[in-house]
Amino acid sequence: MEDIKDLVLNYVINEYQEDEDDEITYDTPLISSGFVDSFSMVSLKVFLEKKFNISIPDEEATPEAFDSVNKIVDLVNGYLEKK
Amino acid sequence: MSYSNKVKDLYVNQLKDIKSAGIYKEERFIHSSQAADIEVEFPRGSDLKNVINMCANNYLGLSSHPEVLKAAHEGLDTRGYGMSSVRFICGTQDIHRELENKVTEFLGTEDTILFPSCMDANAGVFEALLTSEDIMISDRLVHASIIDGMRLCSAEHDTFKHSNMEHLEQKLQLHADKRIKMVITDGVFSMDGDLAKLDEMVKLCQKYDALLFVDDSHSSGFIGKTGRGTHEHCGVMGKIDIITTTFGKALGGASGGCVSGRKEIVEMCRQKARPYLFSNTISPVVVAGVLKVFEILSQSTERRDKLENNTNFWRKGLSDAGFVLKEGNSPIVPVMLFNAKLSQDFSKDLFNLGIYAIGFFFPVVPNGQARIRTQISAGHEMHHLEKALDAFIKVGKKYGILGLTKQEIIDKYGL
Repeated sequence: MEDIKDLVLNYVINEYQEDEDDEITYDTPLISSGFVDSFSMVSLKVFLEKKFNISIPDEEATPEAFDSVNKIVDLVNGYLEKK
Repeated sequence: MSYSNKVKDLYVNQLKDIKSAGIYKEERFIHSSQAADIEVEFPRGSDLKNVINMCANNYLGLSSHPEVLKAAHEGLDTRGYGMSSVRFICGTQDIHRELENKVTEFLGTEDTILFPSCMDANAGVFEALLTSEDIMISDRLVHASIIDGMRLCSAEHDTFKHSNMEHLEQKLQLHADKRIKMVITDGVFSMDGDLAKLDEMVKLCQKYDALLFVDDSHSSGFIGKTGRGTHEHCGVMGKIDIITTTFGKALGGASGGCVSGRKEIVEMCRQKARPYLFSNTISPVVVAGVLKVFEILSQSTERRDKLENNTNFWRKGLSDAGFVLKEGNSPIVPVMLFNAKLSQDFSKDLFNLGIYAIGFFFPVVPNGQARIRTQISAGHEMHHLEKALDAFIKVGKKYGILGLTKQEIIDKYGL
């Protein structure tokens, strides 16, 4: 479980952190706080689908579901359990 | 009547939410022509106030230039007020063709097509050129009109960190298998005022066989030694595949925009770009005015040189006074305040001192990056800038932020 969390966190930091002063943790709001705009969220969805070999329907890839690393991990785990 | 109370209440509540979130936009009514000195009615119904305008896109001070007005009058007399048609039916006059040729020559491209606005150019260009086999890779800070245009296009999209060439290269490698790869950026970024690294982007696009798209709306007419734009500044004229720009900022400030670039790309827009096909032609009055603007700019670089001097004075003055500024070398000079409420209070205090400058905060800029965006013009004289600087310093002292670092301002006011 921790591996997935760190994997997602590292991706989010590498992909979205613009300013090194900004700290991104597991609970940092990503979309509602403006770290990730909804347009850039697409690359996160593609990363998750490729990395975990899952398919996330657009209606479930909502800004709310992607709003923190913890929420993303919950979403991913839901799909992994169904596999 | 289908406007039921249920629908009405829905909108009433949404408007209430916008107000309570503090992001309700109110218009300020200007009772004069656009200039450095304007008369403003704000709030609605209040007495007129004479203020110095520090937030117009009127970079070259040409919006109310007498020669431009005269040319517009002549255009009105000789070519009429409107054409009542899209371009390809019966909305193309000789002066539309003349303007397209003039823009092509000025930007150093192969061909140009006019649009009713640059927003329309950006709305139409991607869909006209790309399909689901292609990829658009855009800088994260591109203008909203580009984002809307990309949303209308079936090509895949991805983004790279603002001006981060390493990240862009990673994305070009990631999408190497796509038929057409288009890298998309602003020339000058409208909220931060920094310039795209077009020289490096051209190299990357050549290396990875990608097209390069630049929206130069906040550059055309004044960035670069002769004001051709960011591509001139970066030494890559002739190497940008697609440039979109507006006539609604430095180039007269009325309206209209264009796509300029590779011949076949422009031709594709003429066949397929929906805002070109389904929206009215630019009014002859505006075309005549913009033609005069290009004539003025071709005669001398005096106005862009004055703008550069004004910008240097303004940036140095603010910096010496101890404000935190966004680094850059364009006439967009953001004074960073970080806290949204502080940016609104600061703007109000400036207005009371006769300085008109707007505070921007999330979601217009990223959260925690609230600012006053100042925009310098060749229409500003030194006395305007000195008065504005005095007011900024006065308000800066009131809030105790002069000389403070970013972190110290955040510690004092929060995010």
